[in-house]
Amino acid sequence: MFIHLKNVFYTYNLHMPFQTEALKSINIMIEKGEFIGIIGHTGCGKTTLLQLIDGLLEPTEGQILIDGIDIHKDRSKLKEVRKRIGLAFQYPENQFFEETIYKEIAFGPKNLGISDDKIKDMVKNALAMVGMDYYLYKDRSPFSLSGGEMRRVAIASILAIDPEVIILDEPTASLDAQSRDKLLALIKNLYQRYNRTIILVSHNMEIIAELTRRLIVMENGRIMMDDTPRKIFQESIEKLESIGLSLPPVTNLMYKLKKIGKPVNSGILTVEEAKEEILKMVKKK
Amino acid sequence: MGLPNPAIKKGINTLIKFSNVTHFYNDGQENKITSLSEINFEIQKGDFIAIIGANGSGKSTLAKHINGLLLPSQGDVFVENYNTKDPENIWEIRKKIGMVFQNPDNQLVATTVEDDIAFGLENIGMEEEEMKERVDWALNIVDLNELRNSEPHLLSGGQKQKVVIAGALAMHTSYLVLDEPTSMLDPKGRKEVLEITKRLNQEEKITIIYITQFMSEAAEFNKIILLDKGKIILSDYPKAIFKKVDLLIKLSLEIPQITKLARQLSENGLNIPTNILKEEEMMEYLCLYI
Repeated sequence: MFIHLKNVFYTYNLHMPFQTEALKSINIMIEKGEFIGIIGHTGCGKTTLLQLIDGLLEPTEGQILIDGIDIHKDRSKLKEVRKRIGLAFQYPENQFFEETIYKEIAFGPKNLGISDDKIKDMVKNALAMVGMDYYLYKDRSPFSLSGGEMRRVAIASILAIDPEVIILDEPTASLDAQSRDKLLALIKNLYQRYNRTIILVSHNMEIIAELTRRLIVMENGRIMMDDTPRKIFQESIEKLESIGLSLPPVTNLMYKLKKIGKPVNSGILTVEEAKEEILKMVKKK
Repeated sequence: MGLPNPAIKKGINTLIKFSNVTHFYNDGQENKITSLSEINFEIQKGDFIAIIGANGSGKSTLAKHINGLLLPSQGDVFVENYNTKDPENIWEIRKKIGMVFQNPDNQLVATTVEDDIAFGLENIGMEEEEMKERVDWALNIVDLNELRNSEPHLLSGGQKQKVVIAGALAMHTSYLVLDEPTSMLDPKGRKEVLEITKRLNQEEKITIIYITQFMSEAAEFNKIILLDKGKIILSDYPKAIFKKVDLLIKLSLEIPQITKLARQLSENGLNIPTNILKEEEMMEYLCLYI
């Protein structure tokens, strides 16, 4: 699935007193199998962008092309496209309403008119993808789960319809370290093993630096940068700071060492990389 | 008003005391859950305390016991001289203790910032003039004077939390309990809330109890209480807590990147303490080597 946002604008309350331009001249091409991070402040237009990609909103100007087809021109395509994209909002578990985990996950496929036999397989698969045992969990109430488990079931309900593109808005918010690490491993797996396209929105720069392969920085409804995380965290630090975005602590540490004249490489993304770089320097000296 | 409790009269500085507090959810039912288990601790005047723990460790349950939103199943909570169990005390206690929760949208009620801050004062029937004075004062402290006529829902997350905090200040609260106030905010909002919290403690002498899952935030406090499965298992200075990295990992707590790095460098033979929390400290040690 190839997604192309072509000169997209989006205005809330168009022609009304509170008209607000949320997105301005957005141009993005997303290839199959990419892992994209999106960062920016609350109110920079991230959520609007996700809803446009998911087909929930129609652009005020510009086009959204999926595999070359304008999804808002040919409305019959829109429903099909929405099946192929799964969007997990922030705190997706707030939308739980079924009495068992099985029913919760089966809800999406059922709405698409899929047969019960097939749905059973889909629920099984979805639970397996999030690392939860089907027989252990299927009859339990989703409300009886821990925070981390709830989040995984919510994501399973999105995976059930087997989307090609998975969009996650701040998926690790409020999770403790263990639940977070499990969820991140799951997301990595969806990308590496199942070859899904992942779009991840997060304020957590450590996660962005460690996982994503391409990073889009948004500010005031525009795309400010679109490059590899390494390049952005190496060359555009001042720019990031100027819009008040932080760096992962180890990235910042190495950047500061370089700034005071130490011969280290900047653009370090993980603790592991920082350790290697420091040990290399120690040996040289 | 209930009679002062003689047991806590002795320690004048002890303002909040948890005495053997146990709390059950669904008490008397099949699915009874112990959410707090024999909690004992004291909060002194001017304390600046962070409470940390994994999901489900009892942090929020504990916070809700401080102002009597929840009552102990066993044991007692005293706020100054008042037992939270005595219904006659509850309004006195709630006047003293301001609460700030995760989602500010659930706590904002009025159509302007000013009105929102005045809401609690109106409820207690305060004179207009004093009310205005207090709102002005609270707005100044949280630095939102310019936004006083704005609609709360148009503010950023950090600003919204500051409005909630100002509402508590206007009530002349002496304690502020903040239950994961930054978990829904972006980094800028997180910083704003943490900074105002520090300022309230230092300049306004407000006692702060701050629940967080961000260890980088907890590191800024004078004392950390660590909860696991409803029990207090550590209560110490941040430096002492972060020395026990293995324990923190075992309890599913997030370890700051810098602390992780310190640990790995130390394992590789560098003489660096493993409880470093901040970049500046790490820089100083590294400059000895490279």
